[in-house]
Amino acid sequence: MNFFLEALAWIVDPAHLSGPDGIPVRVGEHLLYTVVAVALASVVAIPAGYAIGHTGKGRTIAVALTGGVRALPTVGLVFLLALLMGIGSTPPVIAFVVLAIPSVLAGAYAGFEAVDRTTIDAARAMGMTERQIVAQVEVPLGLPLLIGGIRSAMLQVVATATVAAVVGAGGLGTYIFRGLRSNDYVQMVAGSMLVIAVAIVLEIVFAIAQRLVVPAGVTAGRPSDSRAPASRTRTTNEPLQEGTQ
Amino acid sequence: MITVNKKGRLTVLGAVAIGASVALAGCASGDPLESGSDGAASGDALVVGSQAYYSNEIIAELYAQALEAAGYEVEREYQIGQREVYVPELEDGSIDVFPEYTGNFVQFLDDSVTSGSPEEVEDALADALPDGLTSLPMAEANDQDSYNVTREFSEENGITSLADLADFDGTLTVGAPPENETRPYGPPGLKSVYGVDVQSTGIDDGGGPLTVRALLDGSVQLADIYTSSPLIAENDLVTLEDPENLILPQNVVPIVSDRVDEGAQEAIDAVNEVLTTEDLQMLNAQSTEDKDTSAAIATEYLTEKDLL
Amino acid sequence: MNWVWSNADFILDKTLVHLQLSSIAIVASLVLALPIGWAANRVAPLRGVVLTVAGLFYSVPSFALLVVLPTIVGYGLRSDTNLVVALTLYGLALMVRSVADGLASVEPDVRQSATAVGYSSWQRFWRVEVPLAGPVLLAGLRVVAVSTISLATVGGLIGINGLGLLFTDGLQRYILEEIAAGIVMTIVLALLVDAALVLLGRALMPWTRGPSRAERRQGALVGAAA
Repeated sequence: MNFFLEALAWIVDPAHLSGPDGIPVRVGEHLLYTVVAVALASVVAIPAGYAIGHTGKGRTIAVALTGGVRALPTVGLVFLLALLMGIGSTPPVIAFVVLAIPSVLAGAYAGFEAVDRTTIDAARAMGMTERQIVAQVEVPLGLPLLIGGIRSAMLQVVATATVAAVVGAGGLGTYIFRGLRSNDYVQMVAGSMLVIAVAIVLEIVFAIAQRLVVPAGVTAGRPSDSRAPASRTRTTNEPLQEGTQ
Repeated sequence: MITVNKKGRLTVLGAVAIGASVALAGCASGDPLESGSDGAASGDALVVGSQAYYSNEIIAELYAQALEAAGYEVEREYQIGQREVYVPELEDGSIDVFPEYTGNFVQFLDDSVTSGSPEEVEDALADALPDGLTSLPMAEANDQDSYNVTREFSEENGITSLADLADFDGTLTVGAPPENETRPYGPPGLKSVYGVDVQSTGIDDGGGPLTVRALLDGSVQLADIYTSSPLIAENDLVTLEDPENLILPQNVVPIVSDRVDEGAQEAIDAVNEVLTTEDLQMLNAQSTEDKDTSAAIATEYLTEKDLL
Repeated sequence: MNWVWSNADFILDKTLVHLQLSSIAIVASLVLALPIGWAANRVAPLRGVVLTVAGLFYSVPSFALLVVLPTIVGYGLRSDTNLVVALTLYGLALMVRSVADGLASVEPDVRQSATAVGYSSWQRFWRVEVPLAGPVLLAGLRVVAVSTISLATVGGLIGINGLGLLFTDGLQRYILEEIAAGIVMTIVLALLVDAALVLLGRALMPWTRGPSRAERRQGALVGAAA
């Protein structure tokens, strides 16, 4: 218990809050990696996910890809890339993008799949083109699940981004590894607590975003969830949580 | 309707599955939850440990094979990460022999020791050791931290010693292991002794390929590399001199428990008497360039020195 | 590649240790998740709380947890127990949701029928609800298994035995093949365990194997006639 109090003291110590090695700088680096990685992953994964969700094709490949990436140890990938490319932020970010893609992909196609088929039929009956259906029906209705997928991806990257410090790329892992190697447990615990705090804040931000993003008309007219059929398929509200690394 | 048969089969299969996975978990290398963290070695075997540092593992293997040649039974516990983990194990007898480095170990035990000659540090270490642990005579081999620059940088700026750095015009960043920042010879020490401002970039590869790469790329101007590393010579790096003896000497010193008797100590001493820094560099090169195992490297070296 | 062949027994040893540690955590996650998931399913307000906590727990970065746990519990940092406990906690966070969802998917009519026939709560749980929730449980368990095996490599950063050590050693000595071997073996191990779980699922739940050939042909005929 003592360590937590000491760690808290370490965090609020003004000496640790300023300078190039200060907490704001490290938190900033950490968040930057996370946001950039998830953004890059989204650029690839969202169009792909929409395509899969809309046409219904390619789902098995997507699921297999997800499984494969879930099995991939990000630490190993970061080390390998760093040895090939040198220190700095590029190798970790590449590894984080790979880590983030499956969650965003799953969020994208699950979002589309969750849209009621009758709604889409109605849209077609009204004369909407495929593109209009995608843009005006599936995307808005699929947003909550997509946000859920992005949220999941962000969390995984935040958790894994501690590894960046090993290959000279900074981030909150700096405190953890420095504390570990210098036998400075207080610094180590402080760094860990900071990462946990950042993760929880992101989690809350995204949970709110997920609620806000549901189009108003949908919440008004949606039948209650308890009527969802008890079938063999998953009836969860968000894409199944991936593993952190 | 679910009949008794199917239920029974389900339960049995379930039990078999769980039993199989537990059995699988129990077989092969024995109890995974033990890993040397509790209980002494089986029987009379001496347990030799090493840090999670490939060079240290080679030295440990040298001791291990020398002991075996002298007739002792040896168990190996390599790649233990932290001093907080293996020092208690040394103290309680779970580990009997551990190759350490005089400077860092004495710092761990007594952080008031911040500099000195190799002999002074060795004596300080002997004093600081807790009961039950002894240090055997250190080797000449020294695996100190050292600050290195590229040949070009050295020639362009006329820098061959840490004292020259103060004249350098520009920012200085050092690629170093994370703990360097808190060591007395890290940035604070460089500032107070040599008047140099240095930023530290933590690279956790033990002064290895990433650190050197960063130096060669120009991402950092200085690199903290251990003196036993073959990468210094390989990349034609210039090791800056340390006229004020800021950097702690790190001679290889075996730490042994009470279970290590005279005969065993002699076997280990025999190795230490011949081990030089050049030898260590050569051994390390065999590991990183030829990618040999520590066992093979140790056997070759000991055979050459007629210690097997 | 030469390095891999000459050090094959070393790699294999690390793989086995890795499998051992992961297996314990995976089994423990399942065993612990059952009562918690059951409680979450039974007691409505508890469901929200448990799932939220599980979700939030997921936010805790693995490396951070490995570092913080010993200071709470008191065992050694490098101790394998540390890794197993951390892995179990993550597996638990994932598995609890699967158990809760799986049990929730059992139709109330079936549960009532079982009670009507004379099953006690305990019997009904093990003989009706769990088997019916089986596919969902299995899906969750597969995710847990793969995640755990991958996550266990993080232990190598602190010196815990397993495939993670191949990464740190390979980094220090600049042996790319060693790191690659570590990555490959982790993936292979995860896929093997995943496949084993699928087979186990088929063996334990034969009713989920899908329609037989005859049934499918029937279905096709009916479809063609319609």
